[in-house]
Parts: sequence; structure tokens; C-alpha cells
Amino acid sequence: MKRIIVMAVAIVSIFTYACKKEETTPVSETAGLKKVQEMANDTNTVEIYTTSGALQLGYNDVYLRIRDNATSEYAKDAAFDWMPLMHMMSMTHACPKSQVQKVAGKETLYKGYLVFQMPENASERWTLQLKYQTGGNSFTVEDTVAVPNSTRKRVTVVTGTDSKKYIIALVSPETPQVAVNDFKVGLFTMENKMSFPVVKNFAIDIDPRMPSMGNHGSPNNENLSYQSADSLYHGKLSLTMTGYWKINMMLKNADSDVLKGEAVTEENEASSLFLEVEF
Amino acid sequence: MRRIGIMLWICLLSAGFAGAQDTLPDSLFSVKLGEVVVSSKPLINYNKQSKPLSTLEEYLEQTSRVSMVKRGNYAWEPMVNSMSSERLNVTIDGMHIFGACTDKMDPITSYVDVSNLSEISVSSGQQGAEYGPTIGGAIDLSRTKHDFCNPGWSGSVDMGYESNANLFTAGAAVKYIHSRFFAAVDFMYRDAGNYKAGKRITVPFSQYTKYNLSSTLGWKLNDNNTMVASVIFDRAKDVGYPALPMDVSRARAAIASVQHLVENIAPVLRSWETKLYYNNVLHEMDDTKRPVVPIHMDMPGWTSTYGMYSKIKAEKGRHDMTFNLNAYYNQSKAEMTMYPKDTAEQIMFMYTWPDVRTTYAGVFAQDRITWNQQHILQYSASAGFHRNTVADDFGLNSLRIFYPEMNAGKNRVVLGANTSYTYRRKNMEYNVAAGYGQRAPSVSEGYGFYLFNSFDRYDYIGNPNLKNEQSIEAEAGITYKISKLKTQATVSYFHILNYIIGIPNPDVLPMTIGASGVREYKSLSAVNMVNAEWSVEYKPHPSWKTKAALTYSYGQDKQRQNLPLIRPFSFRMSLAYRIKSLELELAVDGAAKQKAYSKAYGEDLTPAYAVLNFSAGYMFFIEDHRLYLRAGVENIADTYYSTFSDWNNIPRRGRNFYVNISFAFDKKKVVKE
Repeated sequence: MKRIIVMAVAIVSIFTYACKKEETTPVSETAGLKKVQEMANDTNTVEIYTTSGALQLGYNDVYLRIRDNATSEYAKDAAFDWMPLMHMMSMTHACPKSQVQKVAGKETLYKGYLVFQMPENASERWTLQLKYQTGGNSFTVEDTVAVPNSTRKRVTVVTGTDSKKYIIALVSPETPQVAVNDFKVGLFTMENKMSFPVVKNFAIDIDPRMPSMGNHGSPNNENLSYQSADSLYHGKLSLTMTGYWKINMMLKNADSDVLKGEAVTEENEASSLFLEVEF
Repeated sequence: MRRIGIMLWICLLSAGFAGAQDTLPDSLFSVKLGEVVVSSKPLINYNKQSKPLSTLEEYLEQTSRVSMVKRGNYAWEPMVNSMSSERLNVTIDGMHIFGACTDKMDPITSYVDVSNLSEISVSSGQQGAEYGPTIGGAIDLSRTKHDFCNPGWSGSVDMGYESNANLFTAGAAVKYIHSRFFAAVDFMYRDAGNYKAGKRITVPFSQYTKYNLSSTLGWKLNDNNTMVASVIFDRAKDVGYPALPMDVSRARAAIASVQHLVENIAPVLRSWETKLYYNNVLHEMDDTKRPVVPIHMDMPGWTSTYGMYSKIKAEKGRHDMTFNLNAYYNQSKAEMTMYPKDTAEQIMFMYTWPDVRTTYAGVFAQDRITWNQQHILQYSASAGFHRNTVADDFGLNSLRIFYPEMNAGKNRVVLGANTSYTYRRKNMEYNVAAGYGQRAPSVSEGYGFYLFNSFDRYDYIGNPNLKNEQSIEAEAGITYKISKLKTQATVSYFHILNYIIGIPNPDVLPMTIGASGVREYKSLSAVNMVNAEWSVEYKPHPSWKTKAALTYSYGQDKQRQNLPLIRPFSFRMSLAYRIKSLELELAVDGAAKQKAYSKAYGEDLTPAYAVLNFSAGYMFFIEDHRLYLRAGVENIADTYYSTFSDWNNIPRRGRNFYVNISFAFDKKKVVKE
């Protein structure tokens, strides 16, 4: 009897030890992410990740890792500069993007966002050029990336009454709930074909509606306002049921002049500025 | 031998008691103030009812305190003192059951049938608080009680036909009694097409089909102990609701209970009755048969309730006491799924009742003191604990759109008290009563999410922060009886604080297509309601009997705005002639113009009306068996009318010829006749 107890204790402690040991090994750097594609040169392979495993029209959080082709080690000291480009028949342009920065708490993972404002088609494609430094050397990789069209409007490009072009992109909710959702939107303006800086201190009024159900709305939404912490616009989006919602918007500058969009009324069932969610 | 002697004695006693009960409604001082016993055993009574195979709703409507909200020809919603479901305690043999429809299309009275019942007791105000908190009163539907006397087989077959709506009714009941056990089964089937309102105008979508099966088993454990198990299965299908935008494809309930009764425990303890019960209701709305719908939707609802009560009756000297401990746990859930015309689009889904769990436990105590059969003082008190929890996170998050701070759970304490005094002198009886009561909000009032009310055309949003509704009530009554004449007048007054009602919120857009806006449940600081009735019964000759009853109600808030669904001045008169086995009855039903209507809640002026009904009955005896025949005409003049409580002014039935036939057989060894 005694022997059994001793053995049991021994087995339990071995298992406990084993488990502990496993816990101390670093959690996978890319947990929760799916690989979109790899881009390689002679020295390195750059792995591109998103949460869904694909790039999509509109806002994308993009994660990057650099693997040494020879050692399979991942770079911990990288610095990135990236340039997404749309190669249209008539011209080439870029899109709104952030800086690439190391993800807090990770050793080899880097993150930034890209806002593709138009989808690819048979003859017009997006490429992504990544310039990076690691180990004191500079490298470049470049390849086409797939940005298919979306069924619902996650990004919109409009011209305001101030004759400037604006890009508005849905950041969150990524998975909308029947609830009050944290609503985040990116607002950019097009300075030229290659530069799309963040627009600060504007305001976006929102009015979510269900066009398939008598165009009813929802209560207790909170209009979007600029937050300097992440350079995005934050608000609250109430969705009272699942289905297709059209988020009608009015873009206002710092003086509260309406640059784009109209109020939804009995006569006017939608704004010319809107985003869509469906779940 | 001695045992048989005791049994015989008990049977005689109970037969005597039953006999006394039968005569209860006719005797002067039997009915407690404000309590109306519609009928005694059995409910299908060919001697007392002009249309014995009436639906339960038609039975209920015959009492002056009760009025019915009609949304069609099926599942009418009872109101007592002009107050409906959420302000009433509607129970079946003390069991709590909750309708599974968010739009009140299935009041629990729709899940039983008269064939199951022996008695309906209607209590006014706090006199109905025995099985749980109430404001307006209570309706308790008592199932048929069986005894262990007169062993043998008995049964009946019932058939009915009504020309209007082509209503066909068929039922059967069989009972076997042994000295130690009994078994009873009854079945009722009702099938109706569209009815015709007055002037032969067909009301489309007013059909229904209903099956009801009920069974009771009893064991006599010993002379004092009995166990009774009982089940009811009720199923309605293809039920039209012409006053509503949707019909019902299926409504079903399963109601089960086990009861233990100990009698004559000690000289003081007269009886101790304990019941455990469970019931389950499913209700599925359907709009597929409607020619035009803005959007097709499914709206199923479910409730299940586990409950118990334990009730002790005691008497000592002048005191006659009742103690009741009762508790239940209810789960109510309802969904709404809408199908967009563009089938590529995601379906729209929401919880209209977000899986609300209600736990209630309460105690009730009552003492009735009688002096010299002249003075009766009765007082009672109740206290209960009530808890709601939203069990579904999806639903909780939906409600938090309106109430960001709300918690999943909410506890309440619900209190009540009542006292009454009766004084009898010669041919007179005087009553006064006063009471205080509270109730918790109903599931819809607390947690409903975009519930469309097709009457005022508003979407309703529940409010979990509502205070308990409170009522202060007073009642007075006077009765005079001599051999040929009985007359009774009662008046009741309710001052209701924190009166729960939907208040428009102009800032919120409605969800339902075509709705006028959104109302959120809020509390009105105070409303006043008065109900008065006067009845007279006169028998100038043993063959002749005439009855009349008048009722009047009033209901306004503090700003003197009318409350909805307040009954206008109404009357009912009848003249009956009886000779041997033949009975003829002529009756008039009517109401004055409803001037005090509530425009804000979608009401309009309901014109005055009066309808004339006639019935004839005959009873044959074939040896020990009985064959009853009843026929009659309702609404002889084929008047087109609607009452104040007809949803969206839906017209009531026009002329209707009916015939009811019942055959009752008895193979009992009669102990005493």
C-alpha cells in the first residue's frame, strides 16, 4: 500500500515537473496568427501573417518575421520600411500604412497596418515591397499580394467638400456582436499618390441601419472621435441583431463642417458615406 | 367490517361536502368578498351552463369580474378588475405556468380545457395572493378532484357543433374507481374554421385546432394519506390570430404534477398538501400563410417551470388558518429570426426574451376568525424572494445596448397583506377589505427586447431597473338575500404605485417595419382604478329565474389620462324557464359606449352594443345513464360589434347556432344516493 502511494506521488511529481518545464519554453511567437505568404531573397525569408491568413480589402493588421535561410533563426533586431503599391493600367499608387514596429512581449514578431483602398483585378495587382535591416545589413524583398474584393464595404474613398480625397476604413469590430461594439475607424487623406497621412481631430457621426428590415436603426451609438494613442477614431456601435448593417456616416472637419455624408431621414434612406458590416 | 364502516362514513361525509359545494354559488354567505366561483364540479355542467362544451374562455367570460382580451377566436387573455396577465396570478391547481409567447398569444388558460376542470376561482386583489404576488387578483383553475368512493366505471362522450366557424367539438372521458386507487383520462378535440362576424362578414385567419389530453391517477396509501399524479398535454396547431400580424403554427404544453395529501392529522391540523410540478410550453409563431408580409420571420418561444407548494390548513376554536409555502424556478426564452428578401444576406437574429431565469420562493399565511356565524375577520400576509437572471450572454449584451450598467441578476423582495371583515345580520351581509401588495415586473417588462405591440404599434423594450409595482386597495360589498331575491353590490378601489407601462422614447428608432416608435417600460408614479358591480337574481316562481349584472370600471393616471383596456359600463341579463327536464334561457349581453379610452395606447371609441342569445336544454334518463342535449343560438340578431378589449377592434362572432350532446354512463356501485 505504502509503495503504491510513493509511486503515485513520484508519478504525479514527474508529470508536474514535465508540465512546468513545458510552460517555461516560450509560447509560439505567432500564436493566433495564420501565415499569408512568404517572400524570400538569397539570405532571408520574410513571413507575412494576419489573424485570418489572408489580406483583405480595407484595414489589415499585418505581422512580419524574418527567417535566416541558412540557420532558420528569426531576426530579433530588424527594422522595416514597407511600401504597398497598386499597379493600375494607367498609374501606380500606394495606400495608407503605419510604421512597422516590434510587437510588445515578442522577440521576433513585427507589426504594422495596411489599408488597401481598392481590390485587385485580373490586370491590376498589389505588390508589397519590404526593405529591412538586420545584423547591420539592408535587404529587400518584393512580391505581389492578393487583395480580393470584399462583399461588404470595409473601406471607402470619398472626396470632401474641401476637394480633398479621404479614405475611411473599418478597423473594429472585426467580429461584430449583438451588443454595443467598440467601433474603430481609420481616417486618412490622400496628399499625393504615394502619401496618405492620418487625419487628426476630425469627427465622424454614425447612424447604423438595416436596409433589409425597414431601414431601422439602433440606439445609444457613440460618434467617432480621434484618439491620439493609436491615431484612430473611436466610438460605439450598437447592433441590435445579426445580419447586414449599413453604417451611415457624416465626416466633419475640426470646425464641424460636414465634408461628406448626409443625415438619414424618412426621405433620405442612406448617406453617400457609409461602411458595412454583416454577421 | 369496521374499516368499511369508516370508509362509508368518509364517503358519506365527502358526498355531503361535495353536495354542499355544488350549492355554494347559490347560497348567500358562501362566497368570500370579491371571490366568484364560476362553477363547481364538474365544470361541464349541463344543468348550469347554457353551452356546456364552451371553451374555457367562454366560461371565464361569464363572470362579471373577468373580461377577455381577444386577438382572434382562440386563446383569449383574461383580465380581472381590468388588469391582465402580468398583474394577475393565473395558476392551474396552484401551479405556476408561463406562456411562451412574447405577444401574449398563449395565456395559460389556453393550455387547459374545461374537460379537465371542476372549478375556476376568481379572487380580487390581495385575496388572490396565496400562490404568489399579485396586484389585480387571481384565477385558479382547479382540476377535477376524484375520490375513492362509489367504485366502478364511469365516463362520458361529448359532441358539439357550432354553425359559425364550423366548430366541431368531440370529447371523451373514462374513470375507474377502486377503493384504493382511481384512474381518470379525458380527451377533448376542437376544430374551427374562420368565423363570421355579424352581417356574415368572414374574419380570415381565425381558425384553430386544439387537442387536449389529461390523465389523473390516485392512490390511497391509507385512510389519511393520498397521492395523486396528474398530467395534461395540450397541443394547438394552425391557430389564426386575425388581429395580429402573425399566426401560430404550434403551441404545446406538458403539465405534470405529483401531490401528496394528508388529512385529519390531528384535531388542529386538518390537512397538509404538498405538490411538486413541472411544465413545459413551446409556442411557434408563423407568418407563412399571410399573403403579404414585409419580412418573413420565425418567432419561437419556450418556457419551463419547476415548482412546488406545501400547504397546511389548520383550525382551532374560531380560527381557520392556511399556511402556504411555494416556490418555482422558471426559464423563459424567445427568439426572432428574420429572413431578408436577398437570400445572400445573413439572416437577422435576436433574443426577444434573453433566457431569463426566475426564482421565486414565498410564504403566505392567513387566519379567518368567525364569531357566532355573524362576524368574520380575515387577515393574511405574504412575503417572497424573487430573483431574475439573464442566463444568455448574447441576450445580456443586447439588453446592455439600452442599459449599459445592468447586471445579469436582480433580486427583489415582494410583500403583501390583506384584511377583511364581514358582518352578517338577518338577510344582510356587509363586507369591507383593505390590502397592500407588490409584484415584480414580468419577463417582458423587465427583459423584453423589441416586442411589437400591434395595438399601439410600438416596439417595447424591457427595463431591468423597474421598481416593484405596489398596490393599495380597498373593497366594500353589501348583499341582501330573501327566498326569491338575491342582490349584491361591490366596489373596489386600487391605488397603484410605480405602475408599469410603456412610455415612448422618441430618441430610439423602432425595429418592426411599420411601427410608430419605441416604448420603454417605465413606472408611472400612481394610477387609480375603480371597479364596481351590482347583480340581482330573482326567482318569482320555481320555474322562472332572472338574473342581471352591471359592471363599471374606471382607470386613470395622476394626470387624469385614461389607462388602456378599462372596461366601460357593461351589462348581462338573462331569463330562464325550467320545467321538468327542459330548460330555456334567453340572455342579453351588452356594453355602453367606451368613452374613456386611451388614444395614446392605440384605443379608439368602441360603440355601444347588445347581443341576444337563446338556448334550450333537455335531459333524458336511460336507466342510470344520462343523455343531455343542449342547443341554442348566440347573437340572434347577427349584430356586428366589437368590445373594448378586442385587439385592433376585431369584430366578435355573429349569429351562431350550436348543439351539444353528451352521454354519461355510470357503472358504479352507489354507496349513497
